[in-house]
Amino acid sequence: MEMVNVIIDGKAVEVEKGSTVLQAAQKAGVHIPTLCYLKDVNAIGACRVCLVEVKGAKALQPSCVYPVSEGLEVHTNTAKVREARKAVVELLLSNHPADCLTCVRSGNCELQSLARQLGIREIRFEGEKNTFPIDDRSLAIVRDPNKCILCRRCIATCQKVQGVSILGTINRGFNSTVGPAFMHPLDDINCALCGQCINACPVGALSEKDDTAKVWDALADENKHCVVQFSPAVRIAISEEFGIPMGAISTGKTVAALRRLGFDKVFDTNWSADLTIMEEGTELLHRIQNGGVLPQITSCSPGWIKYCEHHYPDQLDHLSSAKSPQQMFGAIVKTYYAQKAGVDPATIFSCSVMPCTAKKYECARPEMNSSGYRDVDCVITVREVARMIRQTGINLAELPEEECDSPLGVGTGAGTIFGATGGVMEAALRTVYEVVTGKTLEKVDFEEVRGMEGIKEATVDLDGTPVKVAVVHTLANAKKMMDKVRAGEADYAFIEIMACPGGCVGGGGTPIVNSLTRTILPTDYRAIRGLGLYEDDKNLPLRKSHENPFIKAVYAEFLGEPLSHKSHELLHTTYTPRIKYNLNWNK
Amino acid sequence: MKRIESLEELKALQVAERAKMTVRDGLAPTEANLAKHQVLICAGTGCTSNKSAEVKKALEEKIAQEGLQDEVQVVQTGCFGFCSLGPIMVVYPEGTFYNKVSASDVDEIVEKHFKNGELVERLLYTIPGTKEHAKDMSHIPFFQKQKRIALRNCGSIDPEKIEEAIAHYAYQGLGRALTEMDSQAIIQELLDSGIRGRGGAGFPTGLKWKFATGYSADQKYVVCNADEGDPGAFMDRSVLEGDPHSVIEAMAIGGYCIGASQGYVYIRAEYPIAVHRLEIAIKQAREAGLLGKNILGTGFDFDIDIRLGAGAFVCGEETALLTSVEGKRGEPRPRPPFPAEKGLWGKPTFVNNVETLASISYIFLKGAQEFASVGTEKSKGTKVFAMSGKINNIGLVEVPMGTTLREIIYDIGGGIPNGKAFKAAQTGGPSGGCLPASLLDTEIDFDSLVKAGSMMGSGGLIVMDETDCMVDIAKFFVEFTQDESCGKCPPCRIGTKRILEILTKITEGKGEEGDIEKLESLAKNISTSALCALGQTAPNPVLATLKFFRDEYEAHIKDKKCPAGKCKSLFTMVIDPEKCKGCTLCARNCPVGAITGSVKNPHSIDPEKCIKCGVCLDNCKFGAIYKK
Repeated sequence: MEMVNVIIDGKAVEVEKGSTVLQAAQKAGVHIPTLCYLKDVNAIGACRVCLVEVKGAKALQPSCVYPVSEGLEVHTNTAKVREARKAVVELLLSNHPADCLTCVRSGNCELQSLARQLGIREIRFEGEKNTFPIDDRSLAIVRDPNKCILCRRCIATCQKVQGVSILGTINRGFNSTVGPAFMHPLDDINCALCGQCINACPVGALSEKDDTAKVWDALADENKHCVVQFSPAVRIAISEEFGIPMGAISTGKTVAALRRLGFDKVFDTNWSADLTIMEEGTELLHRIQNGGVLPQITSCSPGWIKYCEHHYPDQLDHLSSAKSPQQMFGAIVKTYYAQKAGVDPATIFSCSVMPCTAKKYECARPEMNSSGYRDVDCVITVREVARMIRQTGINLAELPEEECDSPLGVGTGAGTIFGATGGVMEAALRTVYEVVTGKTLEKVDFEEVRGMEGIKEATVDLDGTPVKVAVVHTLANAKKMMDKVRAGEADYAFIEIMACPGGCVGGGGTPIVNSLTRTILPTDYRAIRGLGLYEDDKNLPLRKSHENPFIKAVYAEFLGEPLSHKSHELLHTTYTPRIKYNLNWNK
Repeated sequence: MKRIESLEELKALQVAERAKMTVRDGLAPTEANLAKHQVLICAGTGCTSNKSAEVKKALEEKIAQEGLQDEVQVVQTGCFGFCSLGPIMVVYPEGTFYNKVSASDVDEIVEKHFKNGELVERLLYTIPGTKEHAKDMSHIPFFQKQKRIALRNCGSIDPEKIEEAIAHYAYQGLGRALTEMDSQAIIQELLDSGIRGRGGAGFPTGLKWKFATGYSADQKYVVCNADEGDPGAFMDRSVLEGDPHSVIEAMAIGGYCIGASQGYVYIRAEYPIAVHRLEIAIKQAREAGLLGKNILGTGFDFDIDIRLGAGAFVCGEETALLTSVEGKRGEPRPRPPFPAEKGLWGKPTFVNNVETLASISYIFLKGAQEFASVGTEKSKGTKVFAMSGKINNIGLVEVPMGTTLREIIYDIGGGIPNGKAFKAAQTGGPSGGCLPASLLDTEIDFDSLVKAGSMMGSGGLIVMDETDCMVDIAKFFVEFTQDESCGKCPPCRIGTKRILEILTKITEGKGEEGDIEKLESLAKNISTSALCALGQTAPNPVLATLKFFRDEYEAHIKDKKCPAGKCKSLFTMVIDPEKCKGCTLCARNCPVGAITGSVKNPHSIDPEKCIKCGVCLDNCKFGAIYKK
């Protein structure tokens, strides 16, 4: 690697050729504030916050994109630089609603902390502010363009990470803003509602649809039997909201907190993840044995499903008909559980805590009522449940570990790794192998499907029959894979596709990791969270879905067998081809 | 047209084609073309809007009717430059310059001029200050101080016929480069000529080509910037309408120099005539083997495509232009990396403006020394200015660098209309500044304009008189840049908005103590921190007017007065009862019925109703109405 020598604030530092001044400064231990910069996603020099003085250059230069060269001399802390940065932030603030006290991002806003860091005490250049309509029509995402600072991190995320590209810059001059084409509401277009844009947003311009009031109302209603499930990734992601280190597991504390919020029963989506494996795994075997459509593709990720319906409506028969764990859980709670517990299903309020914004949309899909009721009544994200917990004064970190309630409260390690990319595949392989071969799987860990590689492949030997599988995360990678599927070039039996980077641990409803943290962390934060789930898996007594006694019980007592008539009724679903734009958007 | 296989063939064709237009050189017709007269009619945008196409059609019909087809030929040309006199018609071999010709004049022209050999005197140009008619262009002051390099063929040839361009030596500079020169020699020729980019900043073109030559890549690109966006500038349009081959030729030379086989012309869709002529020119050049494979039999391949811009000012900035050519929203990207290293689709690219390219083909035809013999020490050659505003001769002029502002405005431009006093000249468009009367003797070149607090820009020259308010002018330009800001960086997106708000406040009489300082602080911050040149120079109109006309700002803020009487919030229309004769003309013309009074008695204006349109003032024959 070719190295170059640069001088940052008088400090000599050697960096790789092709680095930026920002990277060189980091190496020199010099902190340069940034705003539009997002590591690996967005480096466009737009916001002018990271300006520095480069010797020999006339104007100030953005360090996030300025390439280093031999002998380059940079000053990051001159009067000129300080004044320019301050003026830029003051200008941004002059067109920003000063509602920090009530903003969803208060305390976690990069603009707010920048203003504090730069010591801004007055805004010299006040004037007119933009007034755009707020788009809160979708069930998952709220877009408030008035808070948008046009950093374009959402645009880059939607375009580069997800390959969906529904967001772009609109208008010119002061009226420039970010939004979908023609400012369509998100629910009128091919938005997957994955929420990755929210995770990229430094301010409150993008946020999840807040459903906490619905949950508080239900909890306060004496006539409601409130049941909650929380997904595999929640037990990891929630830690960061309460100062527990990233990647540490908080299952027991989460249970304790949910119970203290007032839920009558606290269950675990890991249980229905195991159930999903039983159904989806059996479906796969059926397809293989009966010449069904292959490859079979997973259907757990509602963002992925919505994307597929919009972009590959001709490929829907590849999707497993098995519902996602959340929706299987919902269907079982209002049938099997209600029966078993002697509760009138009409009185059950079924709440779900998810790392995901698209789950809010999934639970409202019209077909998700096979229990005779809305299978899941309300979905809240990790961020929302954390807000609820904080509101009660509970510090989750200080809570004791508690166990989930029975009978839907026990999951295996196979269920827990659903939250990381490759996890569904690994869980399925553990079960399918033993079902097909009748032998005990010696090596439970399928390392080749783990990790942050965008598309992973593996071939598993099922007693002489090689089965080729693939694991895909992010919608940009899904597009690559689906183009192969459409072209008939994907010779896999089974493909796992998750909409979000790293799988559910990187979901659009997880705690927001700000730009600075992303820059400082030695590795991708989603990889750190994922490792936590694999650690959990390793420590659990049961690691294969079909060994879960409560899964065995539900089949014995209620469903019969996987793919039974009852399973089909409750646990399987259909998909809807969708167009990219709702052409009746005017109505 | 037959494919031209070599430079020799091209030279032979030039001679053959030129023989067909000896009449235009003031000579007798030859065997190649026996017509006695050639009538050149301007088909540029200006004259076309004045219905020159109708004149041409009527003339052709009349000629046919009179059976004069073999004697009189009608040729459409590009712009002559004197746009305020359009439609313009020049009759050769005499060189008779008819102006403001309409279709109804055609019969008389044919009868008198072509049948009887007499001039139609009423259509001749009257030399200002005299009663004398100019018998040809050389007697018209507007043309006398000009030197036409970039515009050399505009108004001389039919831009839709490549043969006419070839007759005027088109593509011989390319032939010379391809047969006699390598990259180094071409770059050296440009450096020796001293040419600097005509699009704005005046960067040495030879260096630009040198940098793009220095990077190796599997593909490189040559881009012509025809996204002329400065308010009041139209020289690039005129070059493309009048002589598109001069641009195509230079692009091919550039392609040969840096090793590019593909060029793009980025032109705004609002220039339909230019686009049309360019399309024809590219097609004809391909047919002639002057574009495409194996140009002039040398083995060099180069082709050009057109990309239409949607009319965003920022797309004149080279990186925004490239982004737009790539099919994305036209927004600048940070430099470095410069286009020479990573340009179009990440490949080494140079972007040159139309006028620059038209001058480059001249350099390769005539040699660097010929070009460098014109101009000042650091700004060689000529510069085209688009004169507009409060000036008599609105139009396009090309003068040697170093010509003074006074010569351009008074000698060529004919001075200020209606006996008003000159106040300022705005150069450089929205990125430029205003020069006051004290700087009229500035010898204009790239550096002197910057020194004087303005810039060359693309050569827009807007003249202002005593009735123009300089705060209002600054507001106009900032409004333009604010509208045209791409919105990418906050200093430009929000900063120019804040400047505009303050200027609006001042012109409305709501200016406060401290506003000027706030403007200066904003302006300084925007120019140091904006992403691209559009943003960095956006405050220039404010800074320049503050520099030379600070007292006008202060009058608005402190005295709540607009000295020029332009800002409507700062004056009322008043009738002097001593002077008013009660003629009722003002009352009859007032569009809002704000004036009352009886015949032969002094009238008065109701300030509540008055919209300060000034109609009464213009109509009063007794000077009884004034702004207070």
